[in-house]
Amino acid sequence: MLNPISAAFKRAKKENRPALLTYTVAGDSTKKQSLEILKSISKNADILELGVPHNTPVADGSQIQTSAYRAIKNGIRTIDIFNIVKDFKKFNKTKPVILMGYYNMIFQYGENKFLKECKISGVNGLIVVDLPWPENSKFAKKCKKKSIYFIQLLSPTTTNKRLNKIIKYSHQMNYFISMLSTTGGKLKVSPKEILKNYKKIKRINPKKEVVIGFGITEKTIGKLKSADGLVVGSAICKEITRSLKSGQNPVTNVGSLVNKLKNKIK
Amino acid sequence: MIREINLVSGGGKFGGNFVPETLKKPIEDLEILFNKLKKDKNFISERDKYFKNWVGTPTRFIKLENLSKYVGGAQIWSKVVSDANGGAHKIYNATVHCLLAKRAGKKIICGDTGAGYAGKMLSMAAKKFGLKCKIFMGAKDIDRQQPNVKAMKKNGAEVIPVYSGSQTLVDAVSECMRFWVANCDTTAMCVGSTVGPAIFVRICGWSTSQISRELKIQLLDEFGSIPKKLKLYNCVGGGSSSFGFWNEFMDYDKKQCEFIGVEAGGPAKSKKHAAPLTYGSKIGILHGAAQYVNQNSEGQIEETESISAGLDYPGISPLHCFLKDTKRARYTAASDEEALEAFKLVTKFEKLRPSLEPSHAFSVAIKESKKLNKDTIVVVNSCGDAYKDRSILRKRLGKKYVKSN
Repeated sequence: MLNPISAAFKRAKKENRPALLTYTVAGDSTKKQSLEILKSISKNADILELGVPHNTPVADGSQIQTSAYRAIKNGIRTIDIFNIVKDFKKFNKTKPVILMGYYNMIFQYGENKFLKECKISGVNGLIVVDLPWPENSKFAKKCKKKSIYFIQLLSPTTTNKRLNKIIKYSHQMNYFISMLSTTGGKLKVSPKEILKNYKKIKRINPKKEVVIGFGITEKTIGKLKSADGLVVGSAICKEITRSLKSGQNPVTNVGSLVNKLKNKIK
Repeated sequence: MIREINLVSGGGKFGGNFVPETLKKPIEDLEILFNKLKKDKNFISERDKYFKNWVGTPTRFIKLENLSKYVGGAQIWSKVVSDANGGAHKIYNATVHCLLAKRAGKKIICGDTGAGYAGKMLSMAAKKFGLKCKIFMGAKDIDRQQPNVKAMKKNGAEVIPVYSGSQTLVDAVSECMRFWVANCDTTAMCVGSTVGPAIFVRICGWSTSQISRELKIQLLDEFGSIPKKLKLYNCVGGGSSSFGFWNEFMDYDKKQCEFIGVEAGGPAKSKKHAAPLTYGSKIGILHGAAQYVNQNSEGQIEETESISAGLDYPGISPLHCFLKDTKRARYTAASDEEALEAFKLVTKFEKLRPSLEPSHAFSVAIKESKKLNKDTIVVVNSCGDAYKDRSILRKRLGKKYVKSN
């Protein structure tokens, strides 16, 4: 069976648009609410990234940090994250879900046990921010055995030699970090420059999907739509924070934000 | 060297490079540069020139006669590393990082700080070598270590307060790494201790080893040979001063030369501490390296508590994890109160004002010296000066323990 992640890219391509990937933090602001948010955005998002909150996230900017701290404060545990995915999959069986987080959370849970729970709950892919290649090769193989994509990160600082190697060993999807930044930074390079780097990566193996993330908002997403997929994270976390602060419903607000994002890339 | 092999990423149990992809290249660049320069005679002599003329070497090695007499056991000596320019051992690492940054053609250097010494020294060295300097410091630490904050600003550094998490060193290191992720093309990073990705552990250990190089010569001068019973006491937070204090003695049998690391046990009545080795914390990943670290069962890093900002860190250098596992060093903890008592004793008997960090080491050294005889040479690394702790000392011990420097 085709991994639902690949199926989602195929579908988007048929519609002649990039796949829309969203990132929200599991348990933000509560377990129940984060599930409702997933349901609400799944109408327009093609692939759902779900963040595993960690309290020392070295690659995340303030928006995602705020969401992660809020989720941890409200008692989220790793097992709850699997339950959120399980419940979401009951609602929508085919929509792909990717967990994204830091290695210590997997390490403490136990790699094998973590992957087993991923499989049971229906997780389709994993992004581990601080487990770069080649340190991740063993774990990536384990993922492959379970038909879970291990998604490699690529950055503007990744050398050509390294790019070639990483892509050779990568699974079907890779994630290009648009610029030198933590998540949620202001886009400090032009979309043209980002797409130039993106194309360089694509040329190495055109069959593998490459998504672009970091710094993408409602304003910038339209200019990058020639990519295979685009990830919006901090902008969504920011909207959750804003909604909570102003006493509005994050579920509907985030839902309509994702709807707007989708319209920009159609 | 055995300790370097174990830090190679993916090899040993500790250390490694658990970093975002963006940092792979700058870390590799720094590794290549450092591997080349540490074998380069010109670079070594440049380092030694600055250590000698600017940092001030050697720092004193003195016998604490009155304290020894009062304790009535082992001979208690001190290596007064706080003699170094700026008042603490952090100057060695800061100097080397600035020399490396210059060689790499970087114009800006960023660093983290807890007690403020790493930041103060980096600001001094950056000024000396013409680099712009940004220091990340937890808001709680800014509040309790004002003299060092003032010094950093005076040296022209920008001090950036960190409000996330516990607002102490752990958050400052995270924020500094985030800044480096976003600016690694123009900026060099200096990690303030023997923590972080492997290359930073190595550079820091290589720099602070100046302490044991000096001590070895001083011991030979004083005793004619390395004493038969030598005990080296050092406080351990990240672990930079202790590693530097011990490194040259690593190959001696531990029966002859014992290493005792003293962690911060926190307030006597609190369950929180900064002593992952003493209290059996599990291995986890923090700031790019595998190490023993205070964390909950899920893997969230736990908040620490200590009177000493310089030891207030939930993790510990991978080097010390290795020394603990191989039993080459012994680790224990002193509480806030015990450190304060030791400070009172040392300042009562000697013309020495150790900061709260080495006061932890003095506490255990004094206690254990009582049970030893005169043949044993106890050396405590007084790696920082108490001037920075004046507001805490005033609050906890009263005005008479505060001196104006």
